[in-house]
Amino acid sequence: MWSYVTRRILATIPVLGVVAIVVFLLLRLSPGDPAAIIAGDNASLEDIAMIRQQLGLDRPLLQQFILWAMQLLGGDLGNSIYLSRPVLGLIVERVEPTVALALTTMVFAMLLAIPMGVLAAWRAGSWVDQSIMALSVLAFSVPVFLIGYGLVIGLSLELEWLPVQGFVSFAEDPMRFASHLVLPTVTLGLVYMALLARITRATMLETLNEDFIRTARAKGLAEPRVLLLHALKSAAVPIVTTIGTGLALLIGGVVVTESVFAIPGIGRLTIEAVLQRDYPIIQGVILVIATVYVLVNLAIDLAYPLLDPRIRF
Amino acid sequence: MGATITAAQPRQRPGLLRRMRRYPLPALGALMLIALVATALAAPWITAHDPFEMNVVDRLQPPNEEYWFGTDAYGRDLFSRTLHGGRVSLAIGIAVAVASTLIGLLIGVVAGYFRLADAILMRVMDGLMAIPGILLAIALMSLTRASIGVVIVAITIPEIPRVVRLVRAVVLTVREQVYIEAATAIGTRFPRLMLKHILPNTLAPLTVQATYIAASAVLVESYLSFLGVGTPPEVPSWGNIIAEGRLYVQIAFWNILFPSVFLALMVLSINILGDGLRDMLDPRLARRL
Repeated sequence: MWSYVTRRILATIPVLGVVAIVVFLLLRLSPGDPAAIIAGDNASLEDIAMIRQQLGLDRPLLQQFILWAMQLLGGDLGNSIYLSRPVLGLIVERVEPTVALALTTMVFAMLLAIPMGVLAAWRAGSWVDQSIMALSVLAFSVPVFLIGYGLVIGLSLELEWLPVQGFVSFAEDPMRFASHLVLPTVTLGLVYMALLARITRATMLETLNEDFIRTARAKGLAEPRVLLLHALKSAAVPIVTTIGTGLALLIGGVVVTESVFAIPGIGRLTIEAVLQRDYPIIQGVILVIATVYVLVNLAIDLAYPLLDPRIRF
Repeated sequence: MGATITAAQPRQRPGLLRRMRRYPLPALGALMLIALVATALAAPWITAHDPFEMNVVDRLQPPNEEYWFGTDAYGRDLFSRTLHGGRVSLAIGIAVAVASTLIGLLIGVVAGYFRLADAILMRVMDGLMAIPGILLAIALMSLTRASIGVVIVAITIPEIPRVVRLVRAVVLTVREQVYIEAATAIGTRFPRLMLKHILPNTLAPLTVQATYIAASAVLVESYLSFLGVGTPPEVPSWGNIIAEGRLYVQIAFWNILFPSVFLALMVLSINILGDGLRDMLDPRLARRL
């Protein structure tokens, strides 16, 4: 078992290494002079030279990479060009809204999607199944802004039930924190819900055809017990795996949702950085998010035996 | 006796109409998509106003007889702009689907056939998949001057790994089949083996995948433009129209309503079509998803 765990943990190193190389090469291999683009249209030659030096672009490629990688391993993501402050600190400042939104969205989506998927698989082919599947295709296709602005116009502007936009820290006021998160959560959650409902239905369909389900029914177990304790439990692994890989989709949505609702999270930080051509921030955000993504998926992989005792490493 | 004779007869190909009745939803998706494509292509001829023509006196008009979808803050005709926006989305959707499928196919075949390359290529793909597509696209866009070509590249790159994985999986399964061994035994050379015996197996799943990629590309383009890091702002793409319209959500919601609805309909129709293609081309997969 430990050899599997060690191998699985070691396997994250090349993945993160590739992420670092991609981020590194993006800046160096992009067409045109990135230092000139970062400096902007009105920059003087000295400005450009300074940025080039600040980013280390004036040294040989390999030397640049080694220096940069050493810094990274020491936890230094570099400095923002525009704000002249460490990138890591800027990201930490903006972490709360993003993490809060991502977590509420995951919970919201799971609470809806798993019952939907189970129900659809249980009554496969019926009108219930068809409407749930139609709903999930729809939720998967509707752009974030249509749902977002639709909810804002309906619930915030017309009915004034919920705040239009912005974010309030939990420490400051838990109630306002919650009320500000409702609309972004629903907006962002629908796509994720669609993804999870589809995978839940698919895995449940397979599981429900298995012999042990027939046995469970034959010995007279109540249907909810068969569905939830026998079938869903055994379908847990693919569902949880999708929750992990779906994070990439979720994070993409977070960036847009934060923009729609003016939430000062990491997504907004990234967009502000793009508008100010502050590449160190963008590369820092990518590195941090990719690391989180890889670690979450690692944790999920290692948790398989807890979810399904048939799996042994 | 009679039954054997009927069974031996070649099965009649079901007509288009009968197929549409068997798969009503994909047929609906296809019709919806055809209608959207038609309006996008015909945009210059069926709109009364040029998408760039400004009539400042008519600014922020609600939908009326002259301006079916209303006007934006510069008095530009939103009907015309929305239909023209469809052309941008369509071009980007098709370009990304074709480019990522072709590049992914090439890398996938190499990975599936050469073990050394496989180890390296798949690590690279794992790394790319760990970066959320939109973030990677944003990073690419931040380093170049915005143009539709760059948007296509920026959306294509994150889509490639999934194609590679798909192609590689097919190649890995197929290369172990007996008929490949037979073909190798009678002296079939590699290119012919690849083109005639292995690649045809990827056609069905790739078609389905390409459809989904097109849908996702249309959506991602609008997200990038909405965020101000996509298609150049002067081009009337749906994301750009929505990004400009968001400032007037309270007083002129039609600025974001019509392009959003068109965008949703296009993505929805492509996704429905993809689901239908999957059911038709790969019944085994259809049962799984």
